Amino acid sequence: MSLPSNDMMAAIAATRFGLGSRPDEIDAARDDPRGFLAAQVRPEGADQPQGGEGSAQRLAEVSDYQMQKRDAKAMGDPKAPPVKDAQKDLRQQAGDDFLARARLGATTDAAFRERWALFWANHFTVSATSLAVGSVAGPFEQEAIRPHVFGRFEDLLVASSTHPAMLLYLDQAQSVGPDSRAAQYQRKTGKKAAGLNENLAREILELHTVGVDAGYRQADVTEFARAMTGFSVGRPKDPNPHRFLFRDNAHEPGARTVMGRRYPQEGQDQALAVMRDLAASPHTARHVATKLAVHFVSDTPPPALVDRLRKTYLDSDGRLDEMARALVAAPEAWDPVPVKFKTPYEFAISTWRAVDAQPSGIDKLAPVLTGLGQKPFSPPSPKGWAEEAQVWCAPDALIKRLRFSEGFAAVVADRLDPNLLARTTLGARLTPPVATAVARAETRREAMALLLMSPEFQRR
Amino acid sequence: MTAPLSRRSLLLQAAGLGVSVSFLGGSAFAAADGPMARRKLVVVICRGGMDGLTVSPPIGDPDYAALRGAVAVAPDQALKLDGTFGLHPALESVHALALKGQARIAPAIASPDRARSHFEAQDVLETGAAQVYGVNTGWLNRTLEAMGPSKVEGLSVGATAPLILRGKVQAASWSPGKGVDETARLPTLLQDLYKADPLMGPAFARGLETEAMAQAAMTALNPAPVPLSTDTAAMAPRTMNASETTPRVPAPPAMTQDAQAIASQRQGREAARKLGSTLAGFMVQPGGPRIAAISLDGWDTHAGQVGQLNTRLSYLDAVLDGLNTGLGGEWSNTVVVAATEFGRTARVNGTGGTDHGTGSTALVLGGGLKTGGIVGDWPTLKPAALFENRDVRPSLDLRGLFKGVLADHMGVDRGALETKVFPDSADAKPVTGLV
Repeated sequence: MSLPSNDMMAAIAATRFGLGSRPDEIDAARDDPRGFLAAQVRPEGADQPQGGEGSAQRLAEVSDYQMQKRDAKAMGDPKAPPVKDAQKDLRQQAGDDFLARARLGATTDAAFRERWALFWANHFTVSATSLAVGSVAGPFEQEAIRPHVFGRFEDLLVASSTHPAMLLYLDQAQSVGPDSRAAQYQRKTGKKAAGLNENLAREILELHTVGVDAGYRQADVTEFARAMTGFSVGRPKDPNPHRFLFRDNAHEPGARTVMGRRYPQEGQDQALAVMRDLAASPHTARHVATKLAVHFVSDTPPPALVDRLRKTYLDSDGRLDEMARALVAAPEAWDPVPVKFKTPYEFAISTWRAVDAQPSGIDKLAPVLTGLGQKPFSPPSPKGWAEEAQVWCAPDALIKRLRFSEGFAAVVADRLDPNLLARTTLGARLTPPVATAVARAETRREAMALLLMSPEFQRR
Repeated sequence: MTAPLSRRSLLLQAAGLGVSVSFLGGSAFAAADGPMARRKLVVVICRGGMDGLTVSPPIGDPDYAALRGAVAVAPDQALKLDGTFGLHPALESVHALALKGQARIAPAIASPDRARSHFEAQDVLETGAAQVYGVNTGWLNRTLEAMGPSKVEGLSVGATAPLILRGKVQAASWSPGKGVDETARLPTLLQDLYKADPLMGPAFARGLETEAMAQAAMTALNPAPVPLSTDTAAMAPRTMNASETTPRVPAPPAMTQDAQAIASQRQGREAARKLGSTLAGFMVQPGGPRIAAISLDGWDTHAGQVGQLNTRLSYLDAVLDGLNTGLGGEWSNTVVVAATEFGRTARVNGTGGTDHGTGSTALVLGGGLKTGGIVGDWPTLKPAALFENRDVRPSLDLRGLFKGVLADHMGVDRGALETKVFPDSADAKPVTGLV
């Protein structure tokens, strides 16, 4: 498989692997496009967005808010101003987290590194289905995902599966072994015993590791769920408030068998041992390799590319930096035909990058993304945001992208040279029809809207 | 919130509730003659695994109360249907229809998928395939293909296209907001650029067409429309200055779903009803769509099931009520089926919820339904009757229900049903005699 010219590869590096070219990015990548990307891989992980508190601090604030609300309700005034303010503050903070992440995406010189982090954040999806999870969706990315995206997959899996955001989102925090000391005590004292919740165990198997076609059965899900009992989040009076807490007394005693392997370990080591084996499974290698190829290259990726990534995973013991380098090295990833359709977030971030700017407020960004079907921090299910072009390229969504492009152009186009912008944004990917349409446009605004709506800009 | 809500904000709120509407079918059908020409079908997909034992609690089943414990619907709360079944108290409109013979339940129904994975089971429900990855188009889309050569109008309200509608027939989508002037230069120039793009070209053309149709529907609904325009510039950055300090602004609404509970539920119910009646407004237009799909999210109740289902069922009831009242006389030509990808465990779990199961309840509604009891058999909740000792055992295949409705109500050719719309479904016999 022969590679395209350096000019074309520089354009692909900035658009397919990155988040859309900033004015000087394609130039910077031209000498050595693959080296330009490989240099962004680094042991300390992805960049961190500006500001924001840690998840423990946030959950403490959520807890305070809930107590205030309860008190206010008891006083007969559930909508007392301090309660409303506290809630508003929490939502504001989540909005700030999202804005900080978008600004990082719009301004970073290492956009491949950022896209790589976004991929893993979506692989280990949490969604703002409650005020608590919404409040820690940003911190989750910063604490559990970004530090580990160039480390070992197993470490990422454990970091995600022990983070309060994931434990709350998929109900693990409340899961109690039916024969645990906690359940026995509850029964003895006549209280209703809490029990097993298999939600997180199932999604780890199905979505995070081996995948739904790996041959596990309901019994494996239940056994893994039993092994995971005790993985929880500290309450205000616990020794580890608002952080990961292993509740030994909620852990189901005894050995477990998951996918044919017996786990005699006690305590939290048991579930960690299951996770270690899941991370090492050839099924996980295939699942992760396929998802990466689908995300970066094509909704129906070349089997040779998937196989290359799968082998890298197995040979490197699931090292994600090796996976990133293998992806960049793979000739199949450099097909000049762009078949991926940008998600709303990718589209929006790439428009700001094109003009060397960044979103000024969450009130500008959130309505656009929500209207296009990608509400901030709110993927529709634990599976995360969809990859398929057909999902995002719905008729209504295209009309909305056009409205956004017109509005965006109305603000920025008058100070820009549209022909130059077309060249810096698309480089060698700029086709004659689009170059001509931009050159012949009646106004700068029209030219810019055409550029943003062109198939070359919408695809990557 | 004292200002009257515009339709736009109501619909957007409905979208925030996890409701979206999609529809297909149009002028081609209007041109057809005969008694079938006005027949309409709405499929409501309840995503996340809707708990049938809460939708239609079998309060007369001797095992129900013990299995369900704290999440059981109390016998005196249920809206009685017969000696065994009731409906959840939030389903009051459905119950009123049931008393008139215009709503029935299928209490032990499932797709052929048994993996208990949301994503697999939704795929199977929407593709109509016998197994996951069998087919990659939606069965409603193939129904339109089977119904004949057509220039079919397609529309989906909501920004993404659901699988049930995807396929050869281009399904358009629409959501409320400012339209794009079709005659303006920009769309024309873009259509030129999209000629070579197999996805963007047809999608954009359909988007422009349906925008006009949507405007007509909105006008028909309300002759004195609230202005729908938004300033496009307001969507773009006010300033591009990177060093600008960010003003403190409210975070997006509904970024979290903290329970501002009852008031917001009442508002949600109003928005859901409005969404149903807006859809009805599209469907009663001459040449309007005759087939529609609605997605309703939020049924995955692993914990805190009672409150969550109370809210979700009240929204479902409101959407159905809005459809019924909005369709007016056309209700007698309409069948609505509400179904989910799987039911939930018969036993309550340890966290006040239930986990992924198998059999669930489907609702069948319509002005032209024949009266009758439950659709399909009730396997009971006896220990030996449970599927894999945990779930309601399915006695009916969802594809059989859909096939019966498509054949008897929509007049779809039986041969096409078996080969094109629901391939490999010979073991799922059509449920006949519903209409």
